[in-house]
Amino acid sequence: MTRVFGDRKTILILLLPTLSIYVLLKVIPVAWSLGLSFFQGNTLRGFEFIGLDNFREFLGDSAALNSVWVSVGFAVIVTIAQVTFGYLLALLYVFVLRKGSAFVRTAVFFPMVLPTVAVALLFKSLIAVGENQGPVNDAINAFGGESIEFLASTAGTMTIAVVMTLWSSMGFYAVLLYTGLLDIPEEVVESARMDGATGPRLVGYIIIPLSLPILLSSIIFSLNATLKVFDSLLALNNGGPGTTTAPLTLYMYRTAFEYAEYGYGSTIALALTLLCLVFTLVVFRPSSKRVED
Amino acid sequence: MTTAPAAAPVQLPGPRPQPRPMRRTARRIVRRLPVWLLVTVLLVVMLYPQFWMIMGSFKTQTEFFANPTWALPEQFSLDNYIDAFTRGNVGLNYRNSMLVTLPSVGLIVLAGLAAGYALEVMIWKGRRQVLLFVMGGIMVPGQMILVPLFTAYFKLGITDSLLPMILTYTAMGIPLTTFLMAAYFRAIPREIFEAATVDGCGPLRSFFVIAVPLMKNSMLTIGLIQFFSVFNDLLIALTFTTRPELATIQVGLLSLSDQYGSTQYGALFAAISINIIVLLIVFIFLNKKIMAGLAAGSVKG
Repeated sequence: MTRVFGDRKTILILLLPTLSIYVLLKVIPVAWSLGLSFFQGNTLRGFEFIGLDNFREFLGDSAALNSVWVSVGFAVIVTIAQVTFGYLLALLYVFVLRKGSAFVRTAVFFPMVLPTVAVALLFKSLIAVGENQGPVNDAINAFGGESIEFLASTAGTMTIAVVMTLWSSMGFYAVLLYTGLLDIPEEVVESARMDGATGPRLVGYIIIPLSLPILLSSIIFSLNATLKVFDSLLALNNGGPGTTTAPLTLYMYRTAFEYAEYGYGSTIALALTLLCLVFTLVVFRPSSKRVED
Repeated sequence: MTTAPAAAPVQLPGPRPQPRPMRRTARRIVRRLPVWLLVTVLLVVMLYPQFWMIMGSFKTQTEFFANPTWALPEQFSLDNYIDAFTRGNVGLNYRNSMLVTLPSVGLIVLAGLAAGYALEVMIWKGRRQVLLFVMGGIMVPGQMILVPLFTAYFKLGITDSLLPMILTYTAMGIPLTTFLMAAYFRAIPREIFEAATVDGCGPLRSFFVIAVPLMKNSMLTIGLIQFFSVFNDLLIALTFTTRPELATIQVGLLSLSDQYGSTQYGALFAAISINIIVLLIVFIFLNKKIMAGLAAGSVKG
């Protein structure tokens, strides 16, 4: 039996296409990109070895450091909001709406499949000011407030970006956490209720500890997705006003493709990769210990 | 939260006293009221923006300025949609998106399926290490490979086609797909493959005759995850779109918004609505699979 399933020819036929695409188009480019971060220039102009200068430049580049803060701030705020709202929704589905939650679950989930560009343009129209004012500012006017030009300020743009991301993806986290909550054995919840744990105490002492693994994977997933935010901030306000809301991804894209600085662009991409790695490890290391206990 | 009746209703023979159940129903309605209010607010927040956008796509330019923003369109004219298709290139963008997405997803699913089989069903030294090596790709952001790939495609002279996008999406989709496929194969009892071998089926034939039909559902689920991530991508499409004729729907939308800006709302609204409506139709038919698939993809990724 093992001889049949150890047949080298079969393994090669089945694995080789995947492995060659992966190595040629992913592993080699990553290594190439690592190498490029020690060079300056681009394909047309030629490359020049500059050692660690790109990394030194990065640390003294205020635009780059601002981008790091935009990425990290966005990731942390959105992750906290996403997982919190997703968890509250999941609790609503399981304990309040119960069997009747299917429609709400679907309606709240749907925006997840919409392209971020479409969602960003939708939100841009919702908050538009001026001749063709969106319903948001109309509502503010109706309550006697002054129209707000959200996209004119950094804080306003970030607020809209956070709300927009939350709007489009909290339903996804809700479904993710909902499936986790469904896995909690009914008897455990019942016996806790018998012992007098209800409402917040039940959630705090029984439900949250039992759904900790899925909560942590949601956090890791959310951090990894939001650290790579690109489409929404580009489509919403083009990283503006100015470049104040440009995340690392957008700064990298501009450096590499608009200013044709391939080497420095690669350095920024490396910084982004390291950031994702560090964030995952920070959440994962202590958590994996706790889950084992 | 606890709706268990405090006092169990005693089933007395004879006519039951009328007011008691009534009062209980009333009390339940009052208790449920905050929940219904919350759900209503939630649904309005989720659905109204999309409804508003779709309604806006039927409005004429004068309606946008003359009528309040929440007003419904005076008549459902399709002019904006025609405009989006004729002047906005939405049709061409859709065609490009499909020409890129379908081959990419097909390649990703087939390659991942074959690799999953080779790494999970086949038995050989070093397969765990190879699986880990491929899984490592899940962590790497797309930005990391853009510059080298752009250079390579340029040198190969294929930048003037949709091929660079297909290749890049395939490479980016493979790590997660291989990992998921291997996990799904792990859930299939080995005995099925061993029985086939006893019956004289070679491992390659076993793959096509046993594994592929068994994995149909998983292929659909993973295919859907990949479909949405490729169809909705902007970064790679933007990088490898060298001419407007190669623009996918996301790139098209982005340039449409720049081009029309604050003047032509109708066509822009129609273009976005086409996105919403098409995906809504797909979603209605496949929503269980999509929700389960996306959830599975993220937990395991």
